[in-house]
Amino acid sequence: MMEKIQTDVTIVGAGGAGLRAAIALAEADPKLRIALISKVYPMRSHTCAAEGGAAGVIKPDDSLDLHFSDTVGGADWLCDQDAVEFFIGEAPKELTQLEHWGCPWSREPDGSVAVRPFGGMKIKRTWFAADKTGFHLLHTLFQTSLKYPSIQRFDEHYATDLLVDDGRCQGLTAIEMRSGQLRQFQAKAVIITAGGAGRIFPFTTNGAIKTGDGMAMAYRAGVPLKDMEFVQYHPTGLPNTGILLTEGCRGEGGILVNKHGYRYLQDYGMGPETPLGQPVLKTMELGPRDRLSQAFWHEQRKGNAVSTPWGDCVLLDMRHLGEKKINERLPFVRELATSYLQKDPVHEPIPIRPVVHYMMGGIHTDINAATVVPGLFAAGECACVSINGANRLGSNSLTELLVFGKRAALSAIEYIGSGKVTPNDTVLTKQAEVVQSRIRALFDKSGGTESISGLRKEMTDSMEEHVGIYRTAEGLEAACAKLGELRLRYQGIELHDKTNVYNTDLLQALELGAMLDCAEAVAVGALERKESRGAHQRLDFEARDDQNYLKHTLAYYHPKEPPRIEYLDVVITKSQPSVRDYSGAKK
Amino acid sequence: MNERQIQLEVLRYNPETDDEPRFQTYSVPCPDEWVVLDALNYVKDNLDTTLSYRWSCHMAVCGSCGMMINGEPTLSCKAFLRDYPDHIRVEPLAHFPIERDLVTVIDDFMGKLSRAKPYLIPKEEKAIEEGEYRQSPAELKRFKQYTLCINCMLCYAACPQYGLVPAFIGPAAITLAHRYNIDSRDGGRDQRQQVIATNEGVWECSFVGACSEVCPKHVDPAAALQQVKIASTVDWYKEHLMPWGGKS
Repeated sequence: MMEKIQTDVTIVGAGGAGLRAAIALAEADPKLRIALISKVYPMRSHTCAAEGGAAGVIKPDDSLDLHFSDTVGGADWLCDQDAVEFFIGEAPKELTQLEHWGCPWSREPDGSVAVRPFGGMKIKRTWFAADKTGFHLLHTLFQTSLKYPSIQRFDEHYATDLLVDDGRCQGLTAIEMRSGQLRQFQAKAVIITAGGAGRIFPFTTNGAIKTGDGMAMAYRAGVPLKDMEFVQYHPTGLPNTGILLTEGCRGEGGILVNKHGYRYLQDYGMGPETPLGQPVLKTMELGPRDRLSQAFWHEQRKGNAVSTPWGDCVLLDMRHLGEKKINERLPFVRELATSYLQKDPVHEPIPIRPVVHYMMGGIHTDINAATVVPGLFAAGECACVSINGANRLGSNSLTELLVFGKRAALSAIEYIGSGKVTPNDTVLTKQAEVVQSRIRALFDKSGGTESISGLRKEMTDSMEEHVGIYRTAEGLEAACAKLGELRLRYQGIELHDKTNVYNTDLLQALELGAMLDCAEAVAVGALERKESRGAHQRLDFEARDDQNYLKHTLAYYHPKEPPRIEYLDVVITKSQPSVRDYSGAKK
Repeated sequence: MNERQIQLEVLRYNPETDDEPRFQTYSVPCPDEWVVLDALNYVKDNLDTTLSYRWSCHMAVCGSCGMMINGEPTLSCKAFLRDYPDHIRVEPLAHFPIERDLVTVIDDFMGKLSRAKPYLIPKEEKAIEEGEYRQSPAELKRFKQYTLCINCMLCYAACPQYGLVPAFIGPAAITLAHRYNIDSRDGGRDQRQQVIATNEGVWECSFVGACSEVCPKHVDPAAALQQVKIASTVDWYKEHLMPWGGKS
């Protein structure tokens, strides 16, 4: 007999967005039965790896309008402006809420919260806790969540399938890692906060857990994935491991130089050069991530990159900041570069190169974090509201976790209160049994011809080769064909571990299935979008095409074929598309 | 890049098929710059898909991959092979029950962390509209170090007292309680003292200091525990020797 757990709201993913949602639910109504499911313990969630900060208007020289225009321009106008406006209005409240919960934000001498400069932002508005902002945000939320007895955690449970009946999402199934048992969670509403899918690429800042499980689960249940082709490369990753060095390095005054010691960004529309140690907002090293990563690609082709044992790099030079400032503002960066690359930023420039960092796309939701399936909500990196459009500005995503994590919770409460939601137990249980049989069949299978790690490598190699910073029809067609082939060959895997307790062979098999689905949505979306915008750059369609593509891509799942692609107009309220100007000469 | 052949001796235990833990040795070709976790991933991907262990961030911040490496509690993602001989023994964290292979059962720690009330209990309530609590850089500095705990539990594996007396609340949980106790915004110390200033709390600590030696984030739990002891002693004197229980 499969164990059945009755809940009001089940949340999948216990990182920043999931924890924020759980707390909002518990605070709104202590009687709500909340299940918080995660494939890891909450403090292992990848929110912990975010370094630089969280954006929110708080200082007198700043305004909501400025944060709005930075975000919309940064997004290359592919965001929904009503969502951006809502987000920016809520941001300062959410960051203050975190402060009230104990987050150790860095401070000004007068005791107010300090802010730092960040890429693409015209005003200093990034709240930070040294260079471990995501870590502190996650732990503050996790520790605060311990106050609420109604939040029942199901740590190390891997969610496999949504249960949808009568057109409404009414729960899900999840495997308890410790026992290997499948459990059925019935819920009046489900919130997916399961993070991104950076592991579909080989070179990424993302931890091993970022395999797109939540995205794939919603996708397979009929919810479209939106704007998946927009994959953010962070310009400054350590070349051997992909470990991130925060944008805060440049916010504090670090510079990027090529092998000639030349600050090459001035050649890519982000000049003129700014004085050393005096960074100027929204230009040069404080341009947006897409532009900086693209500039690297060009420098590499011009032969201006520094060659290293780990491939071509450019240099991030922070020496002029001095040891004191580096220790105070960027201690983690120093620790990471010194231990993982054996280079101390106090004494030498650090070789870096662009690295896959963030998925702008994700589960299609509206401004209320609701999906097209009633009862199903999503927030955080796994979702696409969209506020990030074609290129997310650094420090908007931590804030997004909070704003839309809470929004998803409030929307779920509203949804539960609005109708008579009586689950059909027989139907749901039958669905759960189908899942059970599918997983059993995977265990029982023998004579498999494919290996999980082999397929995974072919997938990541193809994504890197063809779906990177610059793309062409030819390359994308090759990637789509390869991914279609891999999805087929995935049927030929076999588990070598047939036991139940903490079976990571099974876990990796399920994760690979999710990654293949997400990767195909990325590649097909990229092939169909015949323009260049933000993080999606086509060598065969170099210009932005507002006539045809000022639209969100919606990818609909098909079990055997590539996704069906549809388009949805973006919401424009007050900012018409124009030129993204990151030159220092702009008005 | 130079490569070395490492003999990785890994503790294996599957409760469904093994009566007791055993060791299995894998020969792994390792570039110099690898960490022990990279070698485990090589095994998982190329030699033996049945090996189970926890990991995620590979940058020493998620706290998943703590293990005993040549007998020392260590994050495997920060255990550089350049610092080890050609033979490396990997075991699950000491003092925790083994769930499977290198995966331990951490319910005990999770329960203790929760009991220590590691969240802000505000000295004075403040509405969001009133803005942030003011806190000077000096006030922040007082507790900042203790916020850096990643819950990796290396300190529990290193602590001889936790090994002897499993009821001991232990270094990380007490440190996190102390972190809130000395936060200028907090007023919840009395509530936490009931948990940590007890025989199973700080008074169980014998000040060996092993916790601070193994801490990958330099949190220095031993210092936190000493501060709690001193503050608790002051409480006792105030209560017993001062007029009106020290509460003038």
